[in-house]
Amino acid sequence: MNKKIISFPHLGSYSVPIEFLLTHITPHEVLIAPKITNKTLELGAKYAPDTVCIPFKYNLGNYIEALELGANVLFQAGGGCRYGYYSEVQEKILKDLGYTFEFYSLVDVDRFKVSYMYKTFKKLNPHLSFFKFFYYLVLTVLMVFYMDRLDSLIRKNIGFEIEHGLHQEVKKDFLRDFKKTKGFFHLHRMFRMYKKKILRIPIKKPENCLKVGIIGELYTAMEPFSTYFLEMELAKMNIEVKRFTDVTYLLFLKALRRRKMLRDISKYCTYTLGADGMDNVWRTWYLAKNHYDGIIHTKPFGCTPEIGAIPIIDKVAHDEKIPIIYFSFDTQTSEVGVKTRLEAFYDMILAQKGAQ
Amino acid sequence: MEYFLGIDIGSVSTKGVVLNEKQEVVAESYLYTKGNPMDAANRVIQELRGQIDEKIPIVGVGTTGSARKLIGTILNATVIKNEITAHAIGTLSFYPEVRTILEIGGQDSKIILLENQIVTDYAMNTLCAAGTGAFLSSQAERLGVPVEDFGKIALTSKSPTNIAARCTVFAESDLVHKIQMGYKKEDIIAGLCKSVASNYLNNVAKGKKIQGPIIFQGGVSKNVGVQKAFEELLGEEVFVSPKGHLMGAIGVAILALRSKKRTLFQPNFDYRAFETKGFQCNRCANHCEIISVRKNNTFIDSWGNRCEKGNLMIQK
Repeated sequence: MNKKIISFPHLGSYSVPIEFLLTHITPHEVLIAPKITNKTLELGAKYAPDTVCIPFKYNLGNYIEALELGANVLFQAGGGCRYGYYSEVQEKILKDLGYTFEFYSLVDVDRFKVSYMYKTFKKLNPHLSFFKFFYYLVLTVLMVFYMDRLDSLIRKNIGFEIEHGLHQEVKKDFLRDFKKTKGFFHLHRMFRMYKKKILRIPIKKPENCLKVGIIGELYTAMEPFSTYFLEMELAKMNIEVKRFTDVTYLLFLKALRRRKMLRDISKYCTYTLGADGMDNVWRTWYLAKNHYDGIIHTKPFGCTPEIGAIPIIDKVAHDEKIPIIYFSFDTQTSEVGVKTRLEAFYDMILAQKGAQ
Repeated sequence: MEYFLGIDIGSVSTKGVVLNEKQEVVAESYLYTKGNPMDAANRVIQELRGQIDEKIPIVGVGTTGSARKLIGTILNATVIKNEITAHAIGTLSFYPEVRTILEIGGQDSKIILLENQIVTDYAMNTLCAAGTGAFLSSQAERLGVPVEDFGKIALTSKSPTNIAARCTVFAESDLVHKIQMGYKKEDIIAGLCKSVASNYLNNVAKGKKIQGPIIFQGGVSKNVGVQKAFEELLGEEVFVSPKGHLMGAIGVAILALRSKKRTLFQPNFDYRAFETKGFQCNRCANHCEIISVRKNNTFIDSWGNRCEKGNLMIQK
């Protein structure tokens, strides 16, 4: 058998921790798929079913570009919506296209299970001891946790930096350094250093700046390309951004907070809505209670759990009188249309804030 | 006295106004864009010039509409604003108590909700052009009736034909079917007006609480049939302002007045000196679609570019 080369789809900057994990627990080469571009999306859209949600198309495009570069082992995760079927369908489409590769899903049916993941990786590395696997898994999860902490700090301040681009530079630096993590203490030291670095970047932030919360489906929340770099646009408008969804949230906070969230919004929801539906209803309520100026809801076109949640979100937003705007992304979405609506949203929340 | 120019360059028509300091319209113009926004803007400016004294100083220019960026760059506008804000501001200056603005234009339609003179919610059609002016014009052609007479003809109908709404494709095939079945022309036209209104309420105004006073504007508001259909469906009076088609231009002129920036505008500009070039940057797989504007071969502005690589292309 030829040399194995592992690859996986992109999601924001999470290729860093995934690459870290894979290089340490398998002896194989890891290939990072080329950065997402329009070509990625075109490739994905060409071979995917037309009405499938857009993350499927991005993932498929990533796979094809990686396969073209020689990858032959592919990974996929899964979730509580159509995402749960991605791996099977994508494997079939790629096999039909004539590629030869091994395909692994990290998720057993619907949930992340450490034992299932261990079994999967054991197939790629028969000598992998459970201890070694567990050590690197925890280290990787901690890295994700620190990345998310630094990211949310950046989101708070990036709209107010005096010299343009400094936050982005720090982000590049810590991603580069995190790749070379030697152990828990090393990682923790780097985290503290970069946190200080971010806080030391000179900013000019008014006391009552505009604050906006981003809610919605997970892929469009975490992959900036899929929303035409929505967060960057908001930063240009000098807005502080709060975003709930990141991998830390999906791995831990979501399950931990479920009961509390349902209690808080018992007026609106008795059960969960699938995927992040109920979470987004709670977030709407939370953002209103914490005096945010507006909410932006993003989802892929045809995202069923969010479509189910939107009428409830609408009602909460109406009851709490918080402005909300919905964006649906697809291959056909016009960037100009998104910008026009976003500009109008900015004008609206600014005027409402002024009227208070 | 200072004067301000507002231009709204839409997909189908281009509108222009000149306002004085008291926000009174001293000149207005409305003509078809005909697929050439630069030429249309030029014609609007020439028409406005004819209506006012040559010597009055225009100290601020605002642009809105889908070609706002292009024309704004060429005219060196002080304000470039999206059409939602511009329409809200313009309408508020005439009707401060308005709560709902229904707007149907040539290519897009929107709803704006206001409370205490502040926009509280808005929506724009996203996926489908059904129920916009362009759809009505094309169907008018099919029926052999000038679109301007649509409203009057619709009012003569006693039993409007039911025509499928939801989507232009459905509406059109249903329309053809009803014509071939032998329905009367006026009933079909009235049905068409009704389907435009109900399509708008189901798609654009979906889930929004529509409260009076309601104002209906945009090119389609000149169609009495649609106005009447809205009144029937909403059970409330729907006002159409005689200046409804100009609201965007008025709004953006007001914004130019409110902004602190002042530059004297030269109305005798020659748009032919400007050249726009649209191209695809091939320096990476992103293939950004870049538009660059030049005047007498010197670079003025560009948009659509995402990175440094594109900057090199633009300067060439």
